[in-house]
Amino acid sequence: MSIIVNHLSYIYNQGTVYELKALSDVSFKIDDSEYIGLLGATGSGKSTLVQVLNGLITPSEGSVYYNGEDIFERDYDRKQLRSRVGLVFQYPEHQLFEADVFSDVCFGPANLGLSRTECELRAYEALKMVGLRDEDFYVSPFDLSGGEKRRAAIAGVLAMKPEILILDEPVAGLDPGGRDEILLLIKRIREETGMTVILVSHSMDDAAENSERLLVMHEGQLLFDASPKEVFSEYETLLEIGLDIPQVTKVLRGLKSMGVQINCDAITLREAKEEILRSFGIR
Amino acid sequence: MGIIETKKLIFEYIRRDRDGEPEGVTKALDNVDLSVEQGDFIAVLGHNGSGKSTLARHINAILYPTEGTVFVDGMDTADNAHIWDIRRTAGMVFQNPDNQIIGTVVEEDVGFGPENMGVPSKEIWERVEESLKAVGMYKYRKRSPSKLSGGQKQRVAIAGVVAMHPKCIVLDEPTAMLDPRGRREVIRAVRALNDVEGITVILITHYMEEVIYANKVFVMDKGKIVMQGSPREIFSRVEELKQIRLSVPQATELAWELKKAGLKLPDGILNEEELVKALSGIYR
Repeated sequence: MSIIVNHLSYIYNQGTVYELKALSDVSFKIDDSEYIGLLGATGSGKSTLVQVLNGLITPSEGSVYYNGEDIFERDYDRKQLRSRVGLVFQYPEHQLFEADVFSDVCFGPANLGLSRTECELRAYEALKMVGLRDEDFYVSPFDLSGGEKRRAAIAGVLAMKPEILILDEPVAGLDPGGRDEILLLIKRIREETGMTVILVSHSMDDAAENSERLLVMHEGQLLFDASPKEVFSEYETLLEIGLDIPQVTKVLRGLKSMGVQINCDAITLREAKEEILRSFGIR
Repeated sequence: MGIIETKKLIFEYIRRDRDGEPEGVTKALDNVDLSVEQGDFIAVLGHNGSGKSTLARHINAILYPTEGTVFVDGMDTADNAHIWDIRRTAGMVFQNPDNQIIGTVVEEDVGFGPENMGVPSKEIWERVEESLKAVGMYKYRKRSPSKLSGGQKQRVAIAGVVAMHPKCIVLDEPTAMLDPRGRREVIRAVRALNDVEGITVILITHYMEEVIYANKVFVMDKGKIVMQGSPREIFSRVEELKQIRLSVPQATELAWELKKAGLKLPDGILNEEELVKALSGIYR
């Protein structure tokens, strides 16, 4: 599903002394099946943007189009919107509440008014997709490990069969093993279903490894909309706005400043390794 | 005796099924012997569920040992008579700053701890001032915490603990919810407390880059301490760490990969500066 965001602005507490412009004239377009990384420091407007994309809050100005339809038009079916745009909040496992994992995943589709069989079918499919074992389907979600709980919560969103999946820091608080699992899972889901993925992240390394395109927010504005390589070449600007570049890119920049003949545009570990080996004449 | 000593510490809890019937026993800590000296900067690593947080909660007497003992500054945490002294000696900072801040003005929030301890009000203000200065938040003292960034809020939470004049601070994943700048700010503040104020720091984290400042690292797995040593020693063992779902800083991993590919690099490179230096040393 393609998304067009057109001159979007959002002002909190409009008309009061606490007025705060959280989004200011943001425009971009996302095509089908893209994998987008959404970066920005705390308070840059990422979460507000995500909430507008899901129709949870109505923009002060501007519009959002899904497949050409304005989602804030009066007659647009908001209920359907929730099933088309799946939002995985931060720490989604805090929202698990049913007695067992399977019922929890059924809750979303049931709310869409689907038949019981259809709900169960979708729940089963979603739980399989996130890789939970069959014997875990009927245990209490609270007996699962941290990473499993998060996968169960993501299954709850997948069972709605969204066309766009937005994840707000899906790996926060997980250990490195858990982080890799979730990121791999997201990658796989996207490949299998062709979903558009928007990943909100505070980790430059994760953004570099996974996304094809980065949107960088700063003080409510869209500062960059470019490939990870282009964005991470703006080291000074990123530091200034509270972000960073991948550590391996810093290594390459450091080497270059020491007079080593090297290209600095690698942003993943693998690319950096190849470039250093090439420069040092090993391959 | 060190400021924190655990001897054969075991902590078990009973798992219950849906009807509240006991199902089995989980050993969250299994024979942990830990010794921390006054002034140390300790980092504790381990995957989710490895027992890190359970250990931290023993140091603050929130949990008590099933078997074995925990001494905080010579006081046995199982002895109820010491509980307030122990909590004053070992302050604790948690993951989410929003759950730890109660005041509507930064300086009031920081003063809450000492006030509760019955510190005279003139001294409270002195403590508030010095703690906020220690974490670099003094100029925000009149602000509302709700208007601060994540890293700033977390530093206020740390100042609130510092104002109680603890000898030791336990931080349980204090940067998990922060952006890169917030993480840098908090780690800088924690290092300053250790360096300048001489406060013992126990930092529990999943971010490998934060561990390199510690003078000693403990790695936990299945309730046991499975590795201990300097960051350099620990991060030389890349494969073992990966086996227990951990990783190493990206620069360390890159160095390790390059070494495997044939470049002559030393083990346990900790950050990008070290890697750049080592590489430029062997260039051409």
